[in-house]
Amino acid sequence: MRITLTVNGRDHALDVEPRRVLADVLREDCRLTGTHLGCEQGVCGACTVLVDGEAVRSCLLLAVQCDGRAIRTVEGLAGPDGTPHPLQRAFSAEHALQCGFCTPGFLMLAAGALESDPAIAADPERVRALVGSNLCRCTGYEPIHRAILRAASE
Amino acid sequence: MKLPAFDYLAPSTVPEAVDALADPGRRAEVLAGGQSLLLDMRLGRAGPGLLVDVNGVGGLDQVRVRDGALEVGALARHRVFESPAAAPGPLGRLLALTVVHIAHPPIRARGTVVGSLAWAHPASEWCAVALALDAAIELRGAAGARTVAAGDYFHGAHATARVPGELITAVRLPLLGPATGVAFVEHRRTEFCFAQVAVAAALTVRDGVIAEARIGLANCADRPLRAHAAERSLAGAEAGPPVAGRRPPPEHPFARAGRIAAERDARPVPEPYADPEYRRHVIAVLVGRALCQASADLAAHTGHDRPGGDRP
Ligand SMILES: Cc1cc2nc3c(=O)[nH]c(=O)nc-3n(C[C@H](O)[C@H](O)[C@H](O)COP(=O)(O)OP(=O)(O)OC[C@H]3O[C@@H](n4cnc5c(N)ncnc54)[C@H](O)[C@@H]3O)c2cc1C
Ligand code: FES
Ligand code: FES
Repeated sequence: MRITLTVNGRDHALDVEPRRVLADVLREDCRLTGTHLGCEQGVCGACTVLVDGEAVRSCLLLAVQCDGRAIRTVEGLAGPDGTPHPLQRAFSAEHALQCGFCTPGFLMLAAGALESDPAIAADPERVRALVGSNLCRCTGYEPIHRAILRAASE
Repeated sequence: MKLPAFDYLAPSTVPEAVDALADPGRRAEVLAGGQSLLLDMRLGRAGPGLLVDVNGVGGLDQVRVRDGALEVGALARHRVFESPAAAPGPLGRLLALTVVHIAHPPIRARGTVVGSLAWAHPASEWCAVALALDAAIELRGAAGARTVAAGDYFHGAHATARVPGELITAVRLPLLGPATGVAFVEHRRTEFCFAQVAVAAALTVRDGVIAEARIGLANCADRPLRAHAAERSLAGAEAGPPVAGRRPPPEHPFARAGRIAAERDARPVPEPYADPEYRRHVIAVLVGRALCQASADLAAHTGHDRPGGDRP
């Protein structure tokens, strides 16, 4: 099927089989490998991206379902001149990553939440529930929690 | 694992979707949120020849009050119910207390209430709520429209009264009156597990006496259940003051109802981390706790802030 994905502001005209999920098309067709695949079962959250501003699992969404939609991946966070996004600076400052495999998913999860509902930062319990969406197997969730709060206050 | 190949159609109206589903040559399935179906396809548990994506069907995302019930359209996502204002009164509170137990925000952004009813997992929170409230499931197939009561709908794990080719257009959840307190409690091993046991409760109190109790159980059998025996044990009992703490004393009607739910209503099947004996214990504790919380919810929403206005 012929579709157009607008990824980080750039249009990609693609011809994809319906069975291909968004994550695979982003990685293989758009060559944006920042979006990671861990479990491919909706559990780990490494594949989290924004579709029309909303954080979703790109392993449980068909690329053809995103025809004409605006997609944002971790590659779209930094400014045009490469300046890191406040969340990226905060993750670095709080040591919120070690191997970094989970990081793109956490960044997009947090970006979606902070952009659609900035008030979430005032409620640590909601941030805790948000962080619980994704898995990190090395750093631990406290630094990630702190990084999200730090970015929100910038 | 990658998904097996299938054909894909994205109709824009209900009649088109029903037509597409009636395809005799290909095994057609509805694609709603995809948060269970795409996973089942990856794991080889489902292999549809044709996916009928209903996400572009106009009007299916509606949530509205009609004839004393909340009508939840097939595309209403789980997350809509994170706000108690999505439904009036105690029903809105019950749905908001329930939804936080379902997966995580990114999955709740896609998954649908109706999809949960269609999938009919024994541990599904929405299925337990639908049973407790006597919900009505609205189906549309090539032969026309029909409504099935939740009590007649669940036939087993992932088995329902829906026949292949039928689209569920909506579920109707009856509104709850102001003299009703609600609760939803759940026990799970980790943040990422489905419920080991979950309990939905709605208690209606008139003149200090329990007029009606509704209790839905998730993962207490091979299918979601309603705890009829426990409910009957509560009808006519003194509501009494809210119980302090999380556990009612052993002779309290709530504790008794918990034991009845565990022994008479539940039919737990063995699971790797929870044998039936353990599960019965958890059911007794959680039903008691849910009833305490429902009565506390009622106290919190009547009396003080709305003096005298609420008890019929
Ligand atoms: C990591 C993870 C954790 C989860 N945790 C929970 C949890 O704790 N509790 C829980 O209840 N669920 C959980 N889920 C499942 C989630 O709630 C799904 O959203 C839900 O089970 C199905 O809804 P859906 O809209 O995604 O349906 P889909 O995945 O699109 O469909 C599921 C099935 O229902 C059928 N179907 C869907 N809509 C209709 C319709 N309108 N008419 C006819 N048939 C239809 C499909 O054909 C398919 O067979 C979890 C999922 C994931 C990935
Ligand atoms: S790869 Fe999508 S949630 Fe793990
Ligand atoms: S930093 Fe390694 S998994 Fe999170």
